Amino acid sequence: MSDPDFRLPARPGVGFKPEHYREALTAPLGFYEVHAENYMGAGGAPHAMLERLHADHAISVHGVGLSIGGAGPLDPEHLKRLKILLDRHQPESFSEHLAWSSHGAAWLNDLLPLPYTDQSLATICAHIDEVQTTLGRRLLLENPATYVTFAESTWAEVDFLREITRRTGCGLLLDVNNVFVSATNHRKDARAYLAEFPLSAVGEIHLAGHESEDLPDGPLLIDSHSRPVADPVWALFADLITRTGPLPTLIEWDNDVPGFDVLLAEAARAETLLEGVRHAA
Amino acid sequence: MQPDQALMEARMQAALWHPETPEGLGQAEGLDRRFAVYRNNVQHGLTRALAARFPVIERLVGAEFFTAVARLFAAAHPPASPVLSDWGEGFPSFLRAFPPAAGLPYLPEVAQLEWLRGIAFHAADAPMADPAALGAVDPARLVLRLAPAVQAFASDHPAVSIWRMNQQGAPRSAPPKGPEFALIARDAGFALLTEPLAKDQHAILTALLQGQSFAQAAQTDPTPLLALLLRHRLIAQIEEQP
Repeated sequence: MSDPDFRLPARPGVGFKPEHYREALTAPLGFYEVHAENYMGAGGAPHAMLERLHADHAISVHGVGLSIGGAGPLDPEHLKRLKILLDRHQPESFSEHLAWSSHGAAWLNDLLPLPYTDQSLATICAHIDEVQTTLGRRLLLENPATYVTFAESTWAEVDFLREITRRTGCGLLLDVNNVFVSATNHRKDARAYLAEFPLSAVGEIHLAGHESEDLPDGPLLIDSHSRPVADPVWALFADLITRTGPLPTLIEWDNDVPGFDVLLAEAARAETLLEGVRHAA
Repeated sequence: MQPDQALMEARMQAALWHPETPEGLGQAEGLDRRFAVYRNNVQHGLTRALAARFPVIERLVGAEFFTAVARLFAAAHPPASPVLSDWGEGFPSFLRAFPPAAGLPYLPEVAQLEWLRGIAFHAADAPMADPAALGAVDPARLVLRLAPAVQAFASDHPAVSIWRMNQQGAPRSAPPKGPEFALIARDAGFALLTEPLAKDQHAILTALLQGQSFAQAAQTDPTPLLALLLRHRLIAQIEEQP
């Protein structure tokens, strides 16, 4: 999409880790993504590094703290800090999650799932309106990796996401690993999910690694961001971009972070696939 | 009847710190194990966040003890905001009141030192004063405004030496006895500083941080502290009182 709120190049990026700073400065990547909450201190090295990186690379700020899918009101203090961060660094994209992570006064430090009902739909749309109005820009909302569902859910996740984009004008961040993890965990077909996904709203793709355990009726996949992207996820990605064309594509690796060369190799694999559809177009 | 979304959140939140799987989830094989992924993410994530902020405490007590105390702290004092660098200010006093740690009386003070280093890491940037301005100001009316990262640290135990000995590659020896003091800050290249101070120099630093004039603060010879502040460029402004 050509859009002032979403200006990442349709190339691979990686999640930025401070230990990779020196190598990251000159790497042939389209963009870096950072978690908003790690850059909310007043000053020091985090902001200085982000500024230097931004001189030569696009930056995506990815929030993990708004609890946008929560039942209660948004935290106005946190939203204010987010606005300060985005005003300071002017990133090419801002994204958040279809999830909740605080209830009452406590921050729970995980992206927790919500039931998909008319009530939760109305609440999350009101939250997204508030965020977009306060920030003066639209956001990309990411589909979650889930391990449970809710008895009371009445909406399918893809329909829920499509309706959110229709009501709020936000875009979507399509995490292909999350699609594979959730579909496997809920004994559904990831390709069927992607066939239904509102692709015209997608402004970025995430790819990450997962871990696997065994349940009596099949695997339980865990979205660990601690391993290379799995082959079935690469296959879904390759198939997906033949439908969407090239999109900004992030390699996420947040735990047991390897050397920068390993991240670059994953990004190169994504680049090869993106180049393939670019030339086919 | 549809359970309210907020009620479902409250049930899930409670279950993150207790072993029962909440009601209201969709039927699935292995439901307890499925919900336990969230519980593990929350507990492990917060424990690792605290370990990243207090690495020497983890080293001093060992990973197993640290994980146990970190879980108790996280359950009793969860973060109030998603900005995890703001979380943990109460950890030193939690350790002080934690009976199994009573045999290590220096532990809360080492934790306080680590907390202050984190404050210094994230503190606001500041301009640096031109040291030449010092010579142009009447010493009786001199006021020094220090960089926001500068902190004064005091302990009844040799917390600074213990902290130093537990850095990577540091030689181990018996720590000295008695109280210790330090200046904590970061230099122009963003490296964190933990500089030991004599007791009287710590008193001067504390007075300067409270906004006292240089003449008021310098009850003893301030040369060692002044040299440290100049060497690491920690003076943000040099002012002359009217």
